[in-house]
Amino acid sequence: MAYKKRFDGRKFDELRPMEAKAGVISNANGSAYFKIGNTVAYAAVYGPREMFPRFLQNPKKGVLRCYYNMMPFSGSGERIRPGGSRRSQEISMVMVNSLEPVVDLSAFPNAVVDVFIELPQTDAGTRCAAISAASIALADAGIPMKDMVSSVAMGCVDGSVVTDLNYNEEAYEDGPVSDIPIAMIHNTKEISLLQMDGEISKEKLMQAIEMAKVATEKVYQLQIKALKEKFSQE
Amino acid sequence: MKVNSETIALLAAQNKRLDQRALTDYRQPIKIETNISWTAEGSSKVQIGETIVICGVKLSLDKPYNDTPDEGGITVNAELTPLSSPNYEPGPPGIKAVELARVVDRGIREAKALDLKKLCVKPGEKAWFVIIDIITLNDAGNLFDTAGLAVLAALKSARLPVVDAVTGAIDYKKKTDVALPLVKEALPVTVYNVKGHLMIDPTVAEEEAYDSRLTVASDADGTISAMQKGGAGVLSVEDISRMIDLSIVKAKFLRQQLNSFFK
Repeated sequence: MAYKKRFDGRKFDELRPMEAKAGVISNANGSAYFKIGNTVAYAAVYGPREMFPRFLQNPKKGVLRCYYNMMPFSGSGERIRPGGSRRSQEISMVMVNSLEPVVDLSAFPNAVVDVFIELPQTDAGTRCAAISAASIALADAGIPMKDMVSSVAMGCVDGSVVTDLNYNEEAYEDGPVSDIPIAMIHNTKEISLLQMDGEISKEKLMQAIEMAKVATEKVYQLQIKALKEKFSQE
Repeated sequence: MKVNSETIALLAAQNKRLDQRALTDYRQPIKIETNISWTAEGSSKVQIGETIVICGVKLSLDKPYNDTPDEGGITVNAELTPLSSPNYEPGPPGIKAVELARVVDRGIREAKALDLKKLCVKPGEKAWFVIIDIITLNDAGNLFDTAGLAVLAALKSARLPVVDAVTGAIDYKKKTDVALPLVKEALPVTVYNVKGHLMIDPTVAEEEAYDSRLTVASDADGTISAMQKGGAGVLSVEDISRMIDLSIVKAKFLRQQLNSFFK
């Protein structure tokens, strides 16, 4: 059995419909709403602000922190208990690693920039939506950045490489599935997030990464559009 | 903008506010959206001025409590997310979140807004339990009233999920068209007392300037179902009477907003 036609009728390299908006949380220094299919992420950036406890401060460079959180009703099954999980801790960490390469930390020594992510509904690709939202929010906050980070979950379902895997594809039962969240830095096409779970050949993986270049470019265009829309209003 | 509490009190004495509103006016816009989360059985996003709250309702089938074998149950939880304000930090809910959840909970529970007996599927064995999560998106003041409105909107929009007739398992991906047995629309309104002047719907700066507050939950016929006095100040009997009158009038106003949305 091969996966010839996607469950939702998309082409193999087609992303789900996306929406992005900058400046949605007025209390924050920068914020964003990012929707891809049925996955929604809100991101808020606070800072640069003084870092506590003080011993964590670094006089040479600032610190970037991310907090990823799914709302208790955002999973597709039972309610999720609020509070951190091992999963959310790990995602928060890989988010920092994916965003830090574009953030000029030397611009805010001793200080911290906090990025908070909340997801009201999910349908796979949550860490990618979170990263894409966070990148818009950081730019909206005026944090010095040398580029944008755009992220998409690639996948390989029963031998077919697909862009922007959704939950039904993740849960495909008639063959091997791999889930490959990727974040790319726009200008250099360097990869700042790469995770993979499932089963895939090296050839298919390289093909997925090539396809991710095209997919993240589409995310990038939308991120820039969201920022332009906000700042043309002001 | 950090504003001196004395200025706010001084203005209140002249019936004025920093944003030109009357003391007993809600901010605009008041926006209600429902079904903002496909994974929840009911959900809403409510905005009053710049304050935005999301509410999600999840349903589960569990064994009723021993002392109420023919009733389902409700739980209200609130998260003051660090995303919504520079004043909140990550971690377990603090006292402010606990108070918010409990006051909103009592408003609907004690009004018997949900007919818990109708949530019972099989006495002593199975009943629906309603778990309500309040999540702040932007705290620009007056979370009590905003959350109360969001909870009612989410409850109204909720639909039971499909239950497998043989196994009894819930299929959360499919919803029936059965709504929750919501029989009353109790809404909390918080009246703030600033040096003897009554104020509604405060901004964050105004919340720092009050002496005492009184949250009153009331339903469509003016029956009061829950109250909470807050703040370190004291209230006279006359104050309480005026605050209750005002809260019932304002609850009617909020209920109109809600019902014109659901019409």
